[in-house]
Parts: sequence; C-alpha cells; structure tokens
Amino acid sequence: MTAAPPRPARRMTAGLAEGVWKLASAIATPVLPDDYLDMFAPLRAGAELRGRITAIHRETADAATIVITPGRSWAGHVPGQYVRIGIDVNGVRQWRAYSLTSLAGAPDGTIAITPKAIPDGVVSNHLVHNARPGTLVMLDQAIGDFTLPTPTPDKILFITGGSGITPVMGMLRNLPSAGADIVLLHSAPRAEDVVFAAELAERDRSGQIDLRVRHTDTDGMLDLADLDREVPDWRERQAWVCGPTGLLDAAELHWAANDLTDALHVERFRPTIIEPGEGGEITLLGSKLTIDADGATPILDAAEDAGVLMKSGCRMGICFGCVVTMRQGAVRDLRTGEITTAEPGDELPIQTCINAVAGSCDLEV
Amino acid sequence: MTLAPERSAISPTAPHVTQAQHVAAEQHRLNTRLSLEGGAERTHPPKKSGRPNPMGHLTNEQIEAIGRELDAIRAEVMASRGARDAAYIRRVIRVQRGLEIGSRAVLLFSKNKYAWLAGTAGLSLAKILENMEIGHNVLHGQWDWMRDPKIHSTSWDWDMASPAKQWQHSHNELHHTYTNVLGRDNDLGYGLLRVDEDQPWELFHLGQPIWHLINAMFFEYGIAAYDLELRGNLQNWDELSEEEKAVFKANLHEMLGKIRKQAMKDYVLHPLVSGPSFLPTLLANFTANTVRNIWSNTVIICGHFPDGIDTFETDSIEGETRGEWYLRQMLGSGNISGSKFTHIMTGNLSHQIEHHLFPDMPSNRYSEISPRIKALMERNDLHYVTGPVLKQAYQVYRKVCRLALPNEEPGRSRWSVVRGELGKVVKGKGGARTKRHLPSTADA
Repeated sequence: MTAAPPRPARRMTAGLAEGVWKLASAIATPVLPDDYLDMFAPLRAGAELRGRITAIHRETADAATIVITPGRSWAGHVPGQYVRIGIDVNGVRQWRAYSLTSLAGAPDGTIAITPKAIPDGVVSNHLVHNARPGTLVMLDQAIGDFTLPTPTPDKILFITGGSGITPVMGMLRNLPSAGADIVLLHSAPRAEDVVFAAELAERDRSGQIDLRVRHTDTDGMLDLADLDREVPDWRERQAWVCGPTGLLDAAELHWAANDLTDALHVERFRPTIIEPGEGGEITLLGSKLTIDADGATPILDAAEDAGVLMKSGCRMGICFGCVVTMRQGAVRDLRTGEITTAEPGDELPIQTCINAVAGSCDLEV
Repeated sequence: MTLAPERSAISPTAPHVTQAQHVAAEQHRLNTRLSLEGGAERTHPPKKSGRPNPMGHLTNEQIEAIGRELDAIRAEVMASRGARDAAYIRRVIRVQRGLEIGSRAVLLFSKNKYAWLAGTAGLSLAKILENMEIGHNVLHGQWDWMRDPKIHSTSWDWDMASPAKQWQHSHNELHHTYTNVLGRDNDLGYGLLRVDEDQPWELFHLGQPIWHLINAMFFEYGIAAYDLELRGNLQNWDELSEEEKAVFKANLHEMLGKIRKQAMKDYVLHPLVSGPSFLPTLLANFTANTVRNIWSNTVIICGHFPDGIDTFETDSIEGETRGEWYLRQMLGSGNISGSKFTHIMTGNLSHQIEHHLFPDMPSNRYSEISPRIKALMERNDLHYVTGPVLKQAYQVYRKVCRLALPNEEPGRSRWSVVRGELGKVVKGKGGARTKRHLPSTADA
C-alpha cells in the first residue's frame, strides 16, 4: 500500500509533540515523564498497558469473573483469545494467562476473565478469593489462535473440561443467538462445579447450543470412542477442544486416527510444566549454547567452566551485578534452597552467582 | 511481559562490567564466603600496626555459630517480605515524586523569598529521599523480589552525577564485599582522606580537614570521580593496559553524559521554565543539591569512620568464610541513633551495621532486626557502635584532623615527620605524589 505523504500540518504537530516530549524528558531526568503521568493517569493512551479491576462476580465456590477496564492502549480481542495479566500477590508481581470470557468490544469498554482457583495456585486463588475492585493490574495485548474463523462454520463441536469452558464462553457470548449448529460437550466433577451453569442452560433453551453436561464424579470421564454415539455427525464438524492435558492429547490422537486433524483446534495453556530438579541444562539463548551443570554449582561458575564469562560481581549474592533474565525454567538459591521458576513468557531477573540450575533454565545471555 | 521503558543512561553491557570481572573469575573459584565452614584452620593474627585483630578473641566455632544465627535472621525476614513492604516503598516513591513536583512548582515563583525558602526546603528533602531511601536501596536490589521492572536494580537510575551501573560496581560490589579492608575498600577515605592509622600518610593529607569539607559540599562529584577511580587511573595512566584505558574512557564518557543531563535539568531547564525567577530557581537547585550532598556525606562518613569501628589487613580476608565476612561487616560499620524521621532521611543507613550484614534486605526492615543484632554482638563481646548523628560526625572530623598528620614514629614527633617529607619536596626528591595502589585493578 502506498501511503499518502502526511499533510504538513500533521507533520508539524507530530514534530511539535516530539519536541515537547523531549523537553519533558530532559526536565524529568533521570526518571521519565511517564513515571509522573503514571501517578495520575495509569490507564492513559501511550502508557504501559494496565487495567483496573472494576467488578468481581462469583461464579462457583472456586471460580469468579473478574471485570477489568483496560487502559486506552488496549487493542481489543478476538473471542477465544487469552490475555496475560500481571498482578501483585503479597507484594510480588505474578503473570498468568487467562481466556477472555467477555463480549468483544463491550459498550463500557471492559473485558473479563474467569479464573478458577486451583490447589496451590498463587494467582488463581488470589484472584478468586482476595482480589478487590479498584486494583491496578498489568496487561499484555490479547493473543491466541483458539478462535473461530470468519465466516463461522455451519457445524461446530466444542468439547470442554473444567475451566476449559472459558474461551468457549467467550466465543458463545459473541455469536448470534441463532445460526450455526453448535454442540457443546462439557465435563465438570459435579453440578456445582459447572462455571456459567445457568447461562449455558439458558443458551441451550434458547437454541443457540445443544448442551450436554457430564458430571465426571458420577458419570466418569468422557471417552472419545463414544463420540459416534454422542454426536453422530462429529466428523462433519469443526471442533474446538479446551480442558485438561489428558483430554487434549486424547482428542489429538482421536482426530488424527480419523484423518481429520485439520478439523481440530485445541488450546493448551501449559505447553511445558516446569518441574524443579537437581542440576540440569543451562541454555544461553544469545549464544545458543547449552551447558550441563550439577545442582551445587552456581550458574555463573558453570558457565565459566564452559568458557563463557558472564557478567559478575561479588560472587556471594550481595551486589546484584550478575543479574540476567531467565526466560523459562527453574533455579535454586544455594544459600536458602528457595526455588524460582519462570514459565514460558516470563522474563525473570535472577542472580547467577548464588543460583544453581534446577531442572533446566533458559537465560538471555 | 511488559518491561520497563528503555533508559538510555544504563546499558547492561557497558564496558565497566567486563573488565574487573575477568580477573575476578580467574581469581576465586567458588567464593569461600558462600560457606560458613572454613576448610583449613583459620587464624586471626594482629594487624601490622600492632593493633589487635578485631575478631581475634573468637574461636572458629564461635564465628561459625554467629554466621548460622545471622543466616537464620536473614532467612526469617526475607521469607516474611510481602504486601506491606511493597506498599511501603511505593508510598515513599509517591511521596518523593509528589514532594519534588510540588517543590519545583513553588520554585516557579521563587522571586518571592517565602516561595524560595519553601521550594528549596522541599526540593532538598525530595532529593535526599530520592538518593537515600529510594535510590541507594533500589540499586542494592532490596526491592528486586517484587518483580516490578520499574522498581528494580537493573532499571533504576538516580538523581546523581554517577550513572547507576558504575556506582553499583564500586559500591555494591567492591565496597560491600571488601568493607574496611585496607587497600581493598576505596570507601576508606575515598582515596582522598586518611581515616585510619593503618593507612599510609602522604603530604597531601595535610590539607584533609579542608578536602573533607569540599568533598562533602560536592559529594556527588566526589563519588563520580571515585567510581571512575579518577585519581588512581590518571596517576597510573602509563601503566594501564589498552583495555583498561578503553574501559576508563567509556566510563568517563558515560559519566560526562549523565552529568550534562543532570546539570541541564537543574541549572538550565528548570530555571528557564521559571522565567523571571530564573536566577532564584537556579540558586534553589544548587542549594538543594548541596544540602543533599552534605547530608549524604555526613550519613555515609558516620557509617564507617567514627571511633570504635575497625579496619582489616589486606591479607586477612584470604579464604574468608561467610561468618568472618559477617563479622567484618559488623565490626566495620557504625549506626546513627535517632527518630523514625532520621532513619528515613538517612535511607536507613542509620542502620549501617544491619545494612552491611544484609545489603539486599528491604531497608524498612532494618530497625526491627537491630535489637537482635545488637544483642548478638554484645553476647560475643563485639562493640555495636552507635550514636547521634552530630556526635558521630564530630568524631569523624576530629579523626580527619588528627590523621592529617602522620603517625608518631619511634624517636620522632608527628611534626618532625612532616618536616622531613616537606624537606624532600623542597629538595625536589618528590615523595608527596607517590604512585598509589589501585585496589580493584592493579592489585588484582
């Protein structure tokens, strides 16, 4: 595309704005004008993307919908996508990804996620049980390709388990009340565990979906071999599956066995599970080098043994001169035994002089 | 993940992080300070001047036990960091920024003398908070645990002549590792003052009662020069390797850029914005910087130079264990007593002993552990040095005056040593400008 040259007036305004910003930066140094603006308008256009929790609705005993007003830089989302949110839990910023369950382009500009508190889930428990309206959270733009194509397929099969219903709910709320032929097979342990139970039943009654809910505590897990009986025309449907890893693996096998891989779309939230171990592989992303190290050797020393001189300082954990960014993996503090893990998508600064690899770790070196 | 915006002043790969590190890497594999147990039998002989080794009265087992006790205190506090602490530092930052904006706004009308006084006082306070409770402590990594990329030792920059990374190298790494070790810790007098009998005397020190006052007034530039190791590097220029010269030049360039930006802000832009109050605003900014300089200098000299604080021989730290390192931190530091306001205005460096034991512990927690540290030291016959700021600062000034003269030598008075040295200079034999040690580079 050839862009028309900007009109002189526009160019002048742009130049002026840039000049004003430069001046403001020179006046605010060593901090940035943003640091002052953030005090008054954290959600303004051009600021780092944040959001403010405006409402919290309980869904089940351990699930809640968190309504967030995103900052002006929010670029919108496609139903089915997820958003990474960073929230301070007991003073520590934690990042997690949650499917968006809200109407895309809601009139009040809000978005919503519906986390389910999982055992030992630091963030999900905080969101469901402790978060309060008014809290500022960090956001990333929505991402994910677990979305419906345009035009919407005529025949759709959704298979969901537990909180796997959330991206599908995001899609249903954004679909017209009639049109596609949609079957939704949802599994949850018990009736009271079904998130959005009332709304799903209503959509079933109104004819938007054909809902079959399975209570796995009494009915057992869904066996995909039964699909022929449950949904005889499943082969003609585009399928979206979201739920526990076991369900996703089974679906991939089943669709592949029927030569229908193209018709299957799955959402995996945790492509890798970080399991801390003793020692392991240190991957230096910059130099594309992998080093094997034991669990008693600081990463800094392991790298030096392998001929890589990383930045270093006191070598006893006090000066923070050796801090590098861990992109994923786990490390163990040799002084305290404390484990620090980074999931894919995280950028976690760690001290290399007092941490040893615990399983594996990818470092930006 | 959303990252802190780029701050051009800091580059994580700036040359100064490459140089000394290579040497350090070869020098000690697996730092002995990571361990509480010293492999070989450790001894603590007296100092060269004949003064006793400050930890000489303790057995190795006692030192190990002290180390374990301090490790436990650290673990306990670090595990309890949480929302309350995070709220504290964010509140201090908010108050500081509010105070700075408010004061600068008042200074727009500083032709009026009441506006000038109020604005200057506010700005001085804001600059002190910014440097001490916020800047110094954030740059120590005390708040890294919050995982907030904006309040992080890798992204913070402060209202000082020294670029954060250069200061972190000379302060966090060298001073905090080699605290009060003669010839290794440049903070012992900043290469300018003689503050310990065991430091060699030069004719230059005759003027130190005055150098000390000038240094206090322009402290931020003193620190900048010190971070560059300016004096040592210039005096030994011909002996530096090409790499060392390149590092020095790169650091100097970075430093001058920072100083230019800082001066532009305080001495050009803000006065210009004030229009008719140009000169009063300029004077206000200079005053605030000077007040901040004198205050931070006062706090910092009280941390290591008052009476009763010990120094250590260069070779006494060879193979030092973590317990011995802890001991050196406790014996080499002194506190300032005072109100809660005093503690905050000193950036909690009034708890210098606690800070030196645990440099990465959030500063708001030092006061709660100080009774336990004091009890531990007293139980082990170690002197917990503390006192009001004026008393401590007076002791330091008295010492600076006393040590301006050389130590007494057998059969010679202090003045006759001075006369002898002066005589050499007059005869042209030099002596006043002898080559000095470069603790972190030449020695290593």
